[in-house]
Amino acid sequence: MADQINSKKLINLYELMVRIRFHEEAIKVLFTQGKIGGTTHLCIGQEAVAAGVIAQLRPDDFISSTHRGHGHMLAKGGELKPMLAEILGRVDGYCKGKGGSMHIASIKLGNLGANGIVSAGLPIAVGSGLSAKMRGTDQITVVSFGDGAANEGNTHESMNMASVWKLPVLFLYENNKYAVSTHTSKSMGGSMEKRAAGYDLPFIKADGMDLEAVYMAAKKAIAHVRSGKGSYVMQCDTYRYEGHYYGDPMIYRSKDEVDGWRKKDPIMRVEDIMVERGILTKEEYQKKRVDIQAEVDEAVAFAEASPQPPIESMFEDVYTEWQS
Amino acid sequence: MNERTLTYKEAVAEAIAEEMARDSSVFIMGEDVGLHGGAFGATKGLFEEFGPGRVKDTPLTESVIVGAGVGAALTGMRPIVEIMYIDFMCMAMDSIVNQAAKVKYMFGGHARVPLTIRTAFGAGRGNAAQHSQSLETWLTVVPGLLVVMPSTPYDAKGLLKSAIRNDNPVIVIENKQLYGVSGHVPEKDYLVPIGKAAVRKEGKDVTLIATSRMCNFASSAVEKLSSEGIDVELIDPRTIKPLDMETIAASIAKTHRAVVVNEGPTTGGFSNEVSSKIMDTCFYDLDAPVVRVAAEDVPIPYNSILEDEVIPSQKDILCAVHKVLES
Repeated sequence: MADQINSKKLINLYELMVRIRFHEEAIKVLFTQGKIGGTTHLCIGQEAVAAGVIAQLRPDDFISSTHRGHGHMLAKGGELKPMLAEILGRVDGYCKGKGGSMHIASIKLGNLGANGIVSAGLPIAVGSGLSAKMRGTDQITVVSFGDGAANEGNTHESMNMASVWKLPVLFLYENNKYAVSTHTSKSMGGSMEKRAAGYDLPFIKADGMDLEAVYMAAKKAIAHVRSGKGSYVMQCDTYRYEGHYYGDPMIYRSKDEVDGWRKKDPIMRVEDIMVERGILTKEEYQKKRVDIQAEVDEAVAFAEASPQPPIESMFEDVYTEWQS
Repeated sequence: MNERTLTYKEAVAEAIAEEMARDSSVFIMGEDVGLHGGAFGATKGLFEEFGPGRVKDTPLTESVIVGAGVGAALTGMRPIVEIMYIDFMCMAMDSIVNQAAKVKYMFGGHARVPLTIRTAFGAGRGNAAQHSQSLETWLTVVPGLLVVMPSTPYDAKGLLKSAIRNDNPVIVIENKQLYGVSGHVPEKDYLVPIGKAAVRKEGKDVTLIATSRMCNFASSAVEKLSSEGIDVELIDPRTIKPLDMETIAASIAKTHRAVVVNEGPTTGGFSNEVSSKIMDTCFYDLDAPVVRVAAEDVPIPYNSILEDEVIPSQKDILCAVHKVLES
């Protein structure tokens, strides 16, 4: 069927979603053990968005990500070992321990960076879209942003510029309902659909807890953007099970509300579909979960064994050297 | 010998044209930089020569102009972006400070941001408080940025060409009052190195350090002082980040006295950083405390009489030199 993901792809995306989930669960443990400093924003509950959209991209496409960006990076080809090493601040991390959870990036993989500043990824995506267009390639850029970013000026200005210049940018609006503690009902006038229409950008909405719905909507949006017709706005309604940051007391929402969303869990949903369609049995997918957990455990061990960066490295990479 | 002269703004346009011809990844975008030729005429002729594909008028969206510059720089282009007035940079501060400046470091070095951000600063035109500021020190406090302030047409071209070829974000702060000033600009391809000061005039009695238009004010002061028998060494830092302390220290080792001039307000002004660095490295060479000349700590007023009083004048520089020689 046209609205179904084929079996092989579905298994791959399932594995990716479980990998993202277990990666985030491992961070919870490391954080609780006091091994991670600063703050970390987990994307548990939002895995279907990263898997359904970003995993469809080509290796030479770009993403511009957010502070809640671990899933995006893993979906763009990021590996567990350098991810976790970075989150622990070690030399084998993607950023040699100097970026951390909020700044994971790999230009080689086309990830132009997670970003600690809400909405700052959008102008960067406009630039990489412009760059692809000027260089005459059909590379596209996907920029994800949340409901908090939706109300920042950068978001509006970026959509406007992308519309005027018909840039190959997919604006991926991940609405997880809360900007820290403030619900969209208290922060957002109008809707993303109307905002997109205001900039003359095509819009599509998908249930962000449903991998196939996300995948099919993204497929349509990506095809449009890649064909040179200009930008697209895609909305995924989703939910983060954890707080804004790990350790958030979450007094702004009820346990019932969280439990209600957990019942729509995107991973469980794919498991049910796989069983229903005879793609994998329960035993088979459970075996995959065990294997992925082992993969994550191995990455955690690697990250913990990775050396601390040498003190002198604090002076490195401030500038690219130049001849004076 | 017939030396070719160009105005400062023509020198800027020529630098961009030469670099765009030399490297197809170079392009320019900003507000009214296209057919209009820029608010101060510094991109005149580029649109006709290179077309709308590489000389791009943008919407009024400073944050995205710079942010898009970062995105384009990360993905194989070498953008030049123009922020019409330095005052408007306030609208682009996140893109400059949190993005352009930090990307390389935050990513552990595996990124390059070959981005040139051109802007215009300075008072003296009756443009009032929101179009006349000198905000250069804000930019110097951010590691990851390079900041240059050309004071002559020669440097306007040479420094800009160096900025465009540099793989770091470079802020080129041009002076609005200097755009119409003429000077010698060679036709040949030349670069003025980033991080190297110019000794505008050698002297033995006092070292006078002045940036951008203040260097021109200082230059006329130096002539007047010369007629009084005071031999001033005039240094134009040209690059304010990183500062060429070697040239400044060598001069102070000879003169033992220093006056530092900048156009912005006194508190937190660029002269403070220069004075501190002189204290750090030249304290035992000094025969007198360093004297600073900077603007009053007030917004730039509209009225031209008031405006002239607020920013440093040639007279203020003369007084400062006399003061440093008296102590």
